[in-house]
Amino acid sequence: MIFLTMTLMMVVPLLLIVGYLIYQALPILSLDFLLTNPRNGMRSGGIWSPLLGTIYLVVISLVIATPIGVLAAVFLNEYARENWFTRVLNLAVVNLAGVPSIVHALFGLGAFVMFARMGKSILAASLTLAIMTLPVIIASTKEALAAVPRSFREACWNVGATRWQTIRHIVLPNSISGILTGVILQVSRAAGETAPIMFTGAVFFKAIEEGNLFAYGLFDQGMALSMHLFTISTQVPDVPAALPFGTAVVLLGTVLLVNALAIIVRVQLRSRRKW
Amino acid sequence: MIEISGLHVRYGHHEVLKGISLQAGRNEILGVIGPAQSGKTTLLKTINRTIDDIPGASVAGTVKVDGEDVRRVKDVFSLRRKVGMVAPLPVGLPLSIFDNVAFAPRMAGVRDGQELEARVKRCLEQSALWDEVKDRLDSLGTRLSGGQQQRLTIARALSHDPEILCLDEFSIAVDPVTTMRIEDVLKELRSQMTIILVTNLVQQARRLADRTAFLLNGELVELDRTDVIFSDSPARRETFEYVNGIFG
Repeated sequence: MIFLTMTLMMVVPLLLIVGYLIYQALPILSLDFLLTNPRNGMRSGGIWSPLLGTIYLVVISLVIATPIGVLAAVFLNEYARENWFTRVLNLAVVNLAGVPSIVHALFGLGAFVMFARMGKSILAASLTLAIMTLPVIIASTKEALAAVPRSFREACWNVGATRWQTIRHIVLPNSISGILTGVILQVSRAAGETAPIMFTGAVFFKAIEEGNLFAYGLFDQGMALSMHLFTISTQVPDVPAALPFGTAVVLLGTVLLVNALAIIVRVQLRSRRKW
Repeated sequence: MIEISGLHVRYGHHEVLKGISLQAGRNEILGVIGPAQSGKTTLLKTINRTIDDIPGASVAGTVKVDGEDVRRVKDVFSLRRKVGMVAPLPVGLPLSIFDNVAFAPRMAGVRDGQELEARVKRCLEQSALWDEVKDRLDSLGTRLSGGQQQRLTIARALSHDPEILCLDEFSIAVDPVTTMRIEDVLKELRSQMTIILVTNLVQQARRLADRTAFLLNGELVELDRTDVIFSDSPARRETFEYVNGIFG
């Protein structure tokens, strides 16, 4: 009974928050809200510019972080021998995952905006998000790879398969559900973060061509949903109450949608598990 | 043909094999018996160099396969295709039965569908599994019973046409009827290759092996014809006591 109560104590606030947000946002939610730029000093209009900016940031950061993270995890789990070097690497990955996002932001500002001379841009912000999500992708991928029994690998090596053939034909196909789940969950993290993009590429306001999916360039500055929500909630006076709630619902909806997708992918792929 | 001489293996500071020397000829079944921790499995791992994958393991001495020192072999994968290995617990790869057996030839570059089909059929027949699975080759290998999976493992080990077949306590997870069937298979395979049979079941070595080696605490106590090892007067008293169940 006590466990049920504790579980409900966790679920009820979430339902209340989501319900309250949707209730407050209902007057403004429409397709038009999604597909028009903010107007009138961000006191009216929609969220097209920040929505597209967030999509750019998430997609580009994952395109960068996923291959690097998965390959690094494959190296650490499948190739690296247990020695001081790999112990330091593993420790670095774990510690990097615990670094606060504002520190990543400062790193991104120094490394990408200033040192690499990218300026404040979608690319610099995406790279910062990629650095932030990388350790979690490495850790979740390593876990997924380690879940494949060692006996499968030994059976392959015993018949003369190389390490890469074993990874390619046995290990990766049987750990893909865990890897994908880890990667997809990072989408929601990248979409929701504000601090890492504030210093590196997100701007207060930028109007773009409505309905054009290619309205941003890699070296443009861009808006983002999380930053936009912060701005209209705290920096702009006389904003209609429904506007920040509508933005929050879209942001939350995106995150929940992606999480749901992760669950569906995991369930689907696990049902095909072959051992 | 395998020639092992002065073989020492250490795991860190622990010496597991202490100067083993033995030979196994073509068309021979060499039984290797001995209690737990006597170094039997380690001996097999030095032949196909899977010992390389064990952290902290160091090897001294020579292991020659067809006259070639395996420690000097550059392409370890071709060596492993020469030496088939069957582990104690059956391992069906998470692939179809067909793909389990076709895995090694495919990894070695065989692409021709007809050749693969012929090879899969031959290996499944050799391992006495063909009749039971010929109508469901697309089923998962992992869904077969333990005994069937062990015969699948043998079929996989045969699929790359090895010159040597190493079996490490293959019957540990297999019922007696299946064990007898696999033993019949091994008797037939003897005419095609060298077989090294590591077993805890001394009577299994007695039934199958032409010669038998007795290992104790990493040392080769005795190697002789199986009928001598199991007679009332082997060369060493420990051998007599072990095969008669007085210790071990």
